[in-house]
Amino acid sequence: MIIRLRDFISNVFYKLFQQRKSLKLGIYGPPNAGKTTLANRICRDWIGEEMGSVSKIPHETRNVQQKEKIKIKHKRKELTFNLIDTPGIATKIDYEDFLKFRLPQKEAKKRAKEATKGVIEAIKWLDGMDAVLVVVDATLNPYSQVNLTIIGNLAARNIPVLVVANKIDIRKANIKKVESAFPQYEVVGISAEKGHNVEEFYESLFRLVK
Amino acid sequence: MMLTLQFLPYSEIEPLSSNSRIRKILNLVRENKIVLMEGRLKPNEETDLIQRTMENLSKDFKGIELCTVYPNVKDKFLKGLLVNILIGDRTGLTVVGPANIVKEIKRDPNKILLLTENVRRKRKK
Repeated sequence: MIIRLRDFISNVFYKLFQQRKSLKLGIYGPPNAGKTTLANRICRDWIGEEMGSVSKIPHETRNVQQKEKIKIKHKRKELTFNLIDTPGIATKIDYEDFLKFRLPQKEAKKRAKEATKGVIEAIKWLDGMDAVLVVVDATLNPYSQVNLTIIGNLAARNIPVLVVANKIDIRKANIKKVESAFPQYEVVGISAEKGHNVEEFYESLFRLVK
Repeated sequence: MMLTLQFLPYSEIEPLSSNSRIRKILNLVRENKIVLMEGRLKPNEETDLIQRTMENLSKDFKGIELCTVYPNVKDKFLKGLLVNILIGDRTGLTVVGPANIVKEIKRDPNKILLLTENVRRKRKK
């Protein structure tokens, strides 16, 4: 009787603790790597709704976006986390770059101003993450300083990292190059847009936060 | 167009606080100089540099191009860890340039390719 009562109390406390401490899973990367596309993929798969809008114009996500208590299941395992999609981190922002996408000047300037604040906000959120998905565009050179700075910062903070090499549906994509750029991390290649290799991605995600 | 490359020896950076290091680099970059710094910034200093750059963006200052080249991580771990603790991380080279002059710095992975605005225009002609 006493043992049962003890188990019951510890179970209740365990559940209470679990509910209070939600794992914060951040999505970081440079602009246009597909961070929000990946966030949308996860949200659609598990809660049936999207995180945010996506666009070919860089800096579409200019505020940190969050979806709470996403519960995912994979091979009898269950994981609950808060998913945090962050604006792309860049070292320069010029409104003239947005004009190339035929945005009106006023809108381009507004976008640049908001994007600037977004980068600052994304950096400020780094501290509170429990694990991070670093999304890189597998069709581009992975040795970009933004990628290295993000990963260097996460390593210094001892935050677990999964490198997501996105856009593998495009012929130019080179996962091997991403792997050789970040040999100390697990790299998973996916197409967040087309849904390629998503199962392997979820498996890697479970390994990341185990 | 004439480019100014400003060398920043580690001895000049070492005694400074993180805040002062970043201010020094940003001041030089805002004078349209390309900074070649001996050694590298700490990871949190790199993000602080990006953050401070964003806070200082203006009509004339569009941001920075940043690149760090440093020796193989394994070599660093085996040989350099103790040295780094004692005298600081002076291995490698950090290049920081103003985005209006330096369009792109490519790191591939042990060499630096610096693409400037002027070079591109000449190519177009």
